[in-house]
Amino acid sequence: MQQLIRNGVLIDDTFAEAFGMRATAIIITAPSLKWARQAAITMTGFATSVIGCGCEAAIDVELPASQTPDGRPGCRVMIFAMGTDELQKQLKNRLGQCVLTSPGSACFADLEGTASLNLGNALRYFGDGWQISKKFGGKHYWRVPVMDGEFLCEATTGLSKLAVGGGNLLFLAADSDKALNAAEHAVAAIARIPGAIMPFPGGVVRSGSKIGAKYKGVMASTNEAFAPTLRGVVDSALTPEINSVLEVVIDGETEETVAAAMRAGIKAAISLGPKKGALRISAGNYGGKLGKFHYHLKDLLP
Amino acid sequence: MKALTFAILSEPEERLDLSPLTPSRLAGLSQVQIAKLRIGTSSHPVMVGDVFNVSGTDLHSIVFEGSTKRFDRVGAGLTAGSIRVDGDVGREAGRKMSGGSLTIQGSADDHAGSGMIDGRIEIKGNTGSYLGGPLAGEMVGMSGGLLIVRGKASDYAGDRLRRGIIAIGKGCGGYAGYRMIAGTIAIAGRVGAVPGYLMKRGSILFDRHPTELSPTFVPCGEPDIAFSSLFDRFLMREKIMNRPLLGDRPGRYGGDNAVLGKGEILFRRKF
Repeated sequence: MQQLIRNGVLIDDTFAEAFGMRATAIIITAPSLKWARQAAITMTGFATSVIGCGCEAAIDVELPASQTPDGRPGCRVMIFAMGTDELQKQLKNRLGQCVLTSPGSACFADLEGTASLNLGNALRYFGDGWQISKKFGGKHYWRVPVMDGEFLCEATTGLSKLAVGGGNLLFLAADSDKALNAAEHAVAAIARIPGAIMPFPGGVVRSGSKIGAKYKGVMASTNEAFAPTLRGVVDSALTPEINSVLEVVIDGETEETVAAAMRAGIKAAISLGPKKGALRISAGNYGGKLGKFHYHLKDLLP
Repeated sequence: MKALTFAILSEPEERLDLSPLTPSRLAGLSQVQIAKLRIGTSSHPVMVGDVFNVSGTDLHSIVFEGSTKRFDRVGAGLTAGSIRVDGDVGREAGRKMSGGSLTIQGSADDHAGSGMIDGRIEIKGNTGSYLGGPLAGEMVGMSGGLLIVRGKASDYAGDRLRRGIIAIGKGCGGYAGYRMIAGTIAIAGRVGAVPGYLMKRGSILFDRHPTELSPTFVPCGEPDIAFSSLFDRFLMREKIMNRPLLGDRPGRYGGDNAVLGKGEILFRRKF
């Protein structure tokens, strides 16, 4: 495999393979950023991968009071799923269990899409007849009486079919501290890209997977080619100096968002250099047959 | 293209029904045909040419230069485009309009915006009674759109309001939101007697505590609700109000419990 070098960091001439997904975005507001963040974190908990969680979700950006519909601090949350029905189901359940329940919360649509998904329309029945419908400024809201006042929620939000999930970067380092350092720098840089989320814990995955396993019924299993403890015994992708690999997975509103996020992540890891961070940057793919979107690292270099 | 302009020649001797003078009803007519449209309401009705000097060609922007209280049904049935009136108008301005915008620089008489379905009406002056309300025998009043009165509205503003928003800048007479079915009425300024009388659902918003409230309204505290700031911001963004109407934690009354009782009166509290 041909390799490129930037600031002493090797970059594999490979590509990240990503998939078309369905996505939506909402703004959750609360009396304070603390509680807006809390509602958003709760809603996007257990949403790392569609494999086991039904959706992938995370906070996109935190918004100051001046940038939210109701003038309170908020968070923009993005949710990705493979199909519209699953996305609607996840949205409804998470909204009902995690946002409706959170003190002082309100919820607004924040994506204009080709179709719409129910927000308040799905939750208004919680009001048991006391819910109030309000239409103004071209938008429809539901006000549901709750114990601390009202849950204010826009009726619908938009659905985008242009979303892309599964953009990724692999940071290969001499030890786990350095791999984590590289990944954290990449996560911090990608967090600044609007419309891109990293659904895994803190944005980082340590258990990169391949499709299938030797066991029947196991959909995904460890990617032994990148497991340093197996370097000697399997057909490894790792060279002797690599002892830890971490991955950052990116879902974006569009194909371009994912590219911008990957570019930002690569740049951050490269500027960190090989002594403090990654010796090598790579990306995960399935040979190019499964995903429609291929992000070649050589096109994304600073 | 210059706006289609109806400049008044002299004060008409009878009340006029100006509902034929909307973009959709004038479409395809020549200026000669327009001048022959009957707009009078007496047994020998006058025609457009008798009252107005007609100029301009842009049907989607109609202007009345000079007007009187005898101009009834201005912009009635408007579906799209804009109509501007330089002065006062009579009854039923913008009645049943379903789109477009109607701007009245002066005041309007009773039943302005009656049964309005959609679109935007802005009245710079005052209005008579039954703003947005139904005519006798009709079951619902205004059912959508935005109806703004910069001045004062007389009694029964928002009678049988079904949907949409009525905003009044300088107070209202008695019985605002009378028999309201749903929708929103926002009123800055003095409030007359028994607002929300027999309202079923919907919201009436005041910038002060209403006096003379019907005893069938019950206090519902001062909850901290996000709706008040969201709606305040909407009113200011649309330049309907120049300061927050409700403010934080507005007071709330629920009613009218003489009927369904799912309506509300929200009002700005004094701090």
